[in-house]
Amino acid sequence: MRPHRRISRALPVAPALVLLLLFLAGPIAYCVYIAFTDLQLTGQAHSSFVGFANFRRALRDDAFLNAVWLTLVFTVLSSLVGQNTLGLALAALMKRASKPVRTLTGGVVITAWVLPEVVAGFLLYAFFRREGTLNAILHWLHLPRQNWLFTLPILAVSFANVWRGTAFSMLVYSAALDEIPSEITEAAEVDGAGGWRRLWHITLPMIRRSIGTNLMLNTLQTLSVFGLIWVMTRGGPGDKSQTLPLFMYEQAFQNSMIGYGTAVALLLLLVGSLFSVVYLRLLRTEV
Amino acid sequence: MSRSRPSRRLAADAELIAVALAFALPLAWVLLSCVDPHPDLKVKVPDGLTFGNFDAVLTPDILYTPLLNSLILCGGATALTVVCAALAAYPLSRFRSRLNRPFLLTILFATSLPITAIMVPVYALFVRVDLIDTPQGTIFFFAASQLPFAIWLMKNFMDGVPKELEEAAWTDGASSLQSLVRIVLPLMGPGLAVVTVFSFVMMWGNFFVPFMLLLTPDQMPASVSINEFFGNRGMVAYGQLAAFSVIYSTPVILLYVLVARRLGGGFALGGAVKG
Repeated sequence: MRPHRRISRALPVAPALVLLLLFLAGPIAYCVYIAFTDLQLTGQAHSSFVGFANFRRALRDDAFLNAVWLTLVFTVLSSLVGQNTLGLALAALMKRASKPVRTLTGGVVITAWVLPEVVAGFLLYAFFRREGTLNAILHWLHLPRQNWLFTLPILAVSFANVWRGTAFSMLVYSAALDEIPSEITEAAEVDGAGGWRRLWHITLPMIRRSIGTNLMLNTLQTLSVFGLIWVMTRGGPGDKSQTLPLFMYEQAFQNSMIGYGTAVALLLLLVGSLFSVVYLRLLRTEV
Repeated sequence: MSRSRPSRRLAADAELIAVALAFALPLAWVLLSCVDPHPDLKVKVPDGLTFGNFDAVLTPDILYTPLLNSLILCGGATALTVVCAALAAYPLSRFRSRLNRPFLLTILFATSLPITAIMVPVYALFVRVDLIDTPQGTIFFFAASQLPFAIWLMKNFMDGVPKELEEAAWTDGASSLQSLVRIVLPLMGPGLAVVTVFSFVMMWGNFFVPFMLLLTPDQMPASVSINEFFGNRGMVAYGQLAAFSVIYSTPVILLYVLVARRLGGGFALGGAVKG
């Protein structure tokens, strides 16, 4: 192909490429750079290179380790267990349910997903508050009440994330279940396989790729949740619901240590990239 | 043999209704509180019916300015995203090149990066290049963060338009830009609508990006200004907060319904995400 023709064909990509390089690749490169400096927000004209000091500091910082632990709890509870299992259960039940019930449930679950992040945060804040709906129900059932956002904040925000994020898994699994030929499940049923055995030996193996992709995307989504937790608890009380994104924000702005905050961001980005690469591998086996 | 079909359907219906009720409780709170003259934090039947909460928030300061800001930021960024994505997707979908595959893999990789993680360095960078607290800076970043997914989606939709239709136009001497605008884009209307609506909805609800990149209160979009109901003004007016939430959420829900209908109830993202 003649070179000028090749260039004119590639030209339409240029605006997107410029935007991506300037506003996405640029900040990521800058992130890698300042993670190795002692850049601060106030009172300092220039920063100096400090090597791995920010990372060494993180590994000795109890608040950082606490944030890592909470991020792990939040991700496992809300994404791996909550959104994933509930999404699959809803998709499976919907296949059997009557149409009006299917439409109703789908509508409610998807509305929770489409709502703006901050609005979702407020709704669940109201739900979990001491004088909120959950305690009103517990009281009505003669069960003990609690100040959930104070005693078990990480559990409350995990539930919030399940409430908000389950629709995605539900949609992915509904599509996956529709692709299973009904003859296969019917044959198994005739052979006398019960519900759980059919699930374990037929359904799950047949949708395993969707499970992989879904887990990966849920995890990545959950790793970067900020607004929901910020609105509900601000990471508190103390640091009892401070996941990595909130820890990063606090270090960079409340404590004015941009260098340290960015080092944390870089670690988060690395974990994300790792998941992203696994996701690409999963897709490649499928394409 | 397990239970009969009708009883299994009944069981499934009952279980789904239980889940739907649990999911509906927080939604019920906002819908009931916004018309309740004395709302609190629990779901309860309003002791009267009032539109006072709406009246109270329907002012330039509380509602119109933030919504207008949201519209400018998200509208601008969506337009930028869709135009750039359509242009970029065209050669990727139409011409063979050794660079296509690496480019698409990079795009797909970027799609799943946690953008939240880079907000602190983006803030530092924007301070340095004087883009902090400017709507255009926020628009550029919004567009860039949405672009990878938009290009990916757009390319998949574009692949569905048969190439033969353009070949006639090419023989008549149309440039590729002409055939993109006159032939391909009109044929992928629903796909274009999905990319546009999805980008817009993602940005409309996004809190962290404007929260970090904008500083002046009267530039804030609704996603950030909604926080004003808390703390700063002392007492929390729950009824007004609920009314504001309802107004602020309505556009994205309507847009979603519009797109979902157009695709026959199905949801394109499930398929798009699978590649």
